[in-house]
Amino acid sequence: MKILVCVKRVLDPQVKARVKADESGVDLANVKMTMNPFCENALEEALRLREAGVVEEIIVASVGGGKTEETLRHGLAMGADRAIQVVTEEMLEPLAIAKVLKQIAEQEGVGMVIAGKQAIDDDSNQTAQMLSALLGWSQATYCSQIKIDGDMATVTREVDAGLETIQVKMPAVMSADLRLNEPRYVKLPDVMKAKRKPMDKIELASLGLDTANRLTTLKVEEPEGRAAGVIVSSVSELVDKLRNEAKVI
Amino acid sequence: MTNLVIVEHDNNEVGAATLHAVTAAQQIGGDIDLLVAGENCASVAEAAAKIAGVSSVKVADDAKFAHHMAENLASLIVEVATGYSHVLASATTFGKNVMPRAAALLDKAQISEIVEVKSPDTFVRPIYAGNALATVQSADTIKMITVRTIKFEPAASEGGSASIEAISGGVDAGLSSWVSQALSNNDQVDLTSAKIVVSGGRGMQSGDNFAMLHSVAAKLGAAVGASRAAVDSGFVPNELQVGQTGKVIAPDLYIAVGISGAIQHLAGMKESKVIVAINNDSEAPIFQVADYGLVADLFEAVPELDAAL
Repeated sequence: MKILVCVKRVLDPQVKARVKADESGVDLANVKMTMNPFCENALEEALRLREAGVVEEIIVASVGGGKTEETLRHGLAMGADRAIQVVTEEMLEPLAIAKVLKQIAEQEGVGMVIAGKQAIDDDSNQTAQMLSALLGWSQATYCSQIKIDGDMATVTREVDAGLETIQVKMPAVMSADLRLNEPRYVKLPDVMKAKRKPMDKIELASLGLDTANRLTTLKVEEPEGRAAGVIVSSVSELVDKLRNEAKVI
Repeated sequence: MTNLVIVEHDNNEVGAATLHAVTAAQQIGGDIDLLVAGENCASVAEAAAKIAGVSSVKVADDAKFAHHMAENLASLIVEVATGYSHVLASATTFGKNVMPRAAALLDKAQISEIVEVKSPDTFVRPIYAGNALATVQSADTIKMITVRTIKFEPAASEGGSASIEAISGGVDAGLSSWVSQALSNNDQVDLTSAKIVVSGGRGMQSGDNFAMLHSVAAKLGAAVGASRAAVDSGFVPNELQVGQTGKVIAPDLYIAVGISGAIQHLAGMKESKVIVAINNDSEAPIFQVADYGLVADLFEAVPELDAAL
């Protein structure tokens, strides 16, 4: 089985987002960018499925501008076999991304798609579900365990109430939660090897899809900050403040 | 405007999160209908009809909706959504799972986790773990929306007298089936609705040490939460995680114990009314959002707090 892993290039999660002065968006100039953490979980799972003999080939794909290639190279260094960059300088919405990925999944004849459950920049949490809908495939979101047995998969999902186990028919689109696995570290020889792995580039326009955005961002602003608090010197002072000042206990 | 709110439920009761989504629909304006899809869910429909401000409740009572599998439920939402200007669900794992699927089938965008209604087509939603707020305007004829519950008061669960209409529809896609659910301990206070939450982080060092927090929580009638670090370390189960990709909560009092205050954790609790931080590292970022900070060894401070309550 071939597997498609969808990844996104995002602001490094350790870097605090800064809103631009003109309120047009978040400033991404000269800041550290990285592969979305959940996408790393997705790719790690694909690598383990290949190691277990369930998957033969791993294709890592992303939609974005020039530097998206860096993120895909990281995916190749982690161990993906080849990469596809759908090139556009526009910031597409999840629905448009799902349309693009559907075309890639069908062209490549993959038997499964795995993505991160959410990108930590726009926090949409939509793409895997939308792709699953457009392909008409089974859907398994927020996976913390995946077992594939022939044309069926048993998946444990992280839900608000705890853990839910479902069975899905293959082919399926799955989305990775953090507890699915611990992504491996990339070693220097892997980085060198990744430079020689195939990287296809496809111009977005050549796909002939309606990828127009449906939402217009009117402004992006910083939320109100919290007023500075006080440092208390003891537990008894803390309890006194909570009882008599904040009146919350 | 006509709003359709997808009711979250367990075939017995209306989930509390739905009441917050109804309030968002009220702010959009116009009629509000509810969709209850489940199996043997008549009691849910009856309770839903009593929610204030609701015009009608559509009930699809069918085995194929028993466990709200996304493929089947989305097919029903797609059929019912036609004729509505807005379709809303709470931004819980229920709503987040099914709504994008329905949106894609309708060829509509989804506006995720709105925190404010500016007008019927303009909404505010947090991005970058809540470090920025985006105001977005939708051009879609049907606006598919999930609602961040903490930013909308719950609608009154009594006082309404909506009509109840049985409907059929949707398909049994046969793609997925429910196997089991490991629920959290029902004796404990619900994390998302608790007035007080006591949370532990990596500083707790082990799952056993969370017993200290449970003891404090019991005295305060509080729920116990955790940071991602504590969940990743296996100290506590995933449903306790507070943060960008866990639960987003806003209790009256949030006590963070041994939590450093990573960006993704703050995203889940910084709307709390009063925040207390107990940490032995005075440089920990959690102190920047805390109303009351105590720089102390938690293994001394927490038992002392427990004794003082």
